Amino acid sequence: MIEIKNISKAFNSKVVLDSVSAAFEKGKTNMIIGASGTGKSVLLKCIVGLIDPDDGNVFFDEKDFYHASKSVKKEIRRKIGMLFQGSALFDSLTVEKNVRFPLDMLSKMSAKEKNERVDFCLDRVDLLHAKDKMPSEISGGMKKRVGIARAIVMNSQYLFCDEPNSGLDPNTSILIDNLIQEITQEYNLTTVIVSHDMNSVMEIGDYVMFLHQGKKIWEGSSQNILDSEKEELNTFVFSNKLMKKYKSAIG
Amino acid sequence: MRVIGRFILFLSRLFVNREPFKIYVKRFFEESIIIGTDSIFIVVIVSLFIGAVTAVQTAYNMVSPLIPTYIIGLIVRDMVVLELAPTFTAVVFAGKVGSNIAGGLGTMRISEQVDALEVMGINSASYLVLPKILASTLMYPLLVILSAFLGIWGGYIAGTLGGYITPEEYIYGLRYEFIEFNVIFAIIKSFVFGFLIASISSFKGYFTQGGALEVGKASTNAVTNSCIAILAADFLLAQLLI
Repeated sequence: MIEIKNISKAFNSKVVLDSVSAAFEKGKTNMIIGASGTGKSVLLKCIVGLIDPDDGNVFFDEKDFYHASKSVKKEIRRKIGMLFQGSALFDSLTVEKNVRFPLDMLSKMSAKEKNERVDFCLDRVDLLHAKDKMPSEISGGMKKRVGIARAIVMNSQYLFCDEPNSGLDPNTSILIDNLIQEITQEYNLTTVIVSHDMNSVMEIGDYVMFLHQGKKIWEGSSQNILDSEKEELNTFVFSNKLMKKYKSAIG
Repeated sequence: MRVIGRFILFLSRLFVNREPFKIYVKRFFEESIIIGTDSIFIVVIVSLFIGAVTAVQTAYNMVSPLIPTYIIGLIVRDMVVLELAPTFTAVVFAGKVGSNIAGGLGTMRISEQVDALEVMGINSASYLVLPKILASTLMYPLLVILSAFLGIWGGYIAGTLGGYITPEEYIYGLRYEFIEFNVIFAIIKSFVFGFLIASISSFKGYFTQGGALEVGKASTNAVTNSCIAILAADFLLAQLLI
């Protein structure tokens, strides 16, 4: 479980996050949604430690991340897997070496064990056939799947995804969403996804948190989202024609 | 002053929370190939021509018959060893290796590859930059030794084939009042220049923000700032050591 308490962050005088708190449960797909520029990605980066918040705490299974010793911090970090918006694969390494990289750097496995683990993870994302390809030779959807394989290769307990569907066609988006959900349930991960894709939210969101101008103004399940009376949330959720039709269909 | 402070903090980050030693050994050899071996071709071409041009232009300026011809060899030797091999090559090296380092790190930064390393708990600055600085600091002096040898050889070829000097006179000039410290001085300079080029370029590339345009700017700034630092260090070292 990940708990964030009163996270605040400002860049110069612009407040990007204003005392945001939430609890992300294990085995569930937790989603942070909101329009562009509301601080979703900044919040995610604060949680994983890429940006230091001005105020607040993050707890990974009750361990205070920001006030932990360097060794504890390192230990927590090694349980984190992250899928980046642009996949962030290392250009100079093949698909196989990208997935193997965390094992080479951080584990004490034998070469045989590493090979087996890499093959297992690539097989899990259905990319075993592409293991010798370079990142420049594979499609956007495949890059995301390699990113997922790399994120889980260390037996991560926490999975963070920053806009996993950006730049993907609807079918591939659904495929990636389902893969994330399956992996979350299979390995009992605490998964946190930043997205503004309502299809994803409705498809896989167990817990949804809505950010607006740096503040959390709504939280609940994806089922409750349609019944919300929050004006900002409704404006966001029913911004496209499909969702408007859906709303009128369900009355 | 703020930039210098940030630069020093950046360098101190390279040695904090380091990864296991064996990882750096592997990365050092990889970087040595990229930085050192891949620069041999340009160093060979530049060195041969600077030696040749120095010989021809020295001969052109020798208007008095009272000046012995072997002076061409002496001037080529001192020019190449003291200045052209370490400093001129450093400017070329900054253009090739500096822009490559800044561009590579800048691209890694904007495509979140640096963030990916940080999330894994790896000190990205240390992992990415330290091997580059070590490789550049240790490989550049070797390139300077090669450059000095080829520069003198280039002068010999141009001088003798052009009929400006006989081979015996050129070699006599090379040996005439040779000061051994000049070679040591050139090697000291090359260690400093190698360090400056890699560290300044890494600093510029590592902190790139924005997109492709900013990566290009970071590369340009890396080369410009490295060249300024090389020339300033060249003057300081000359004042201090000669």
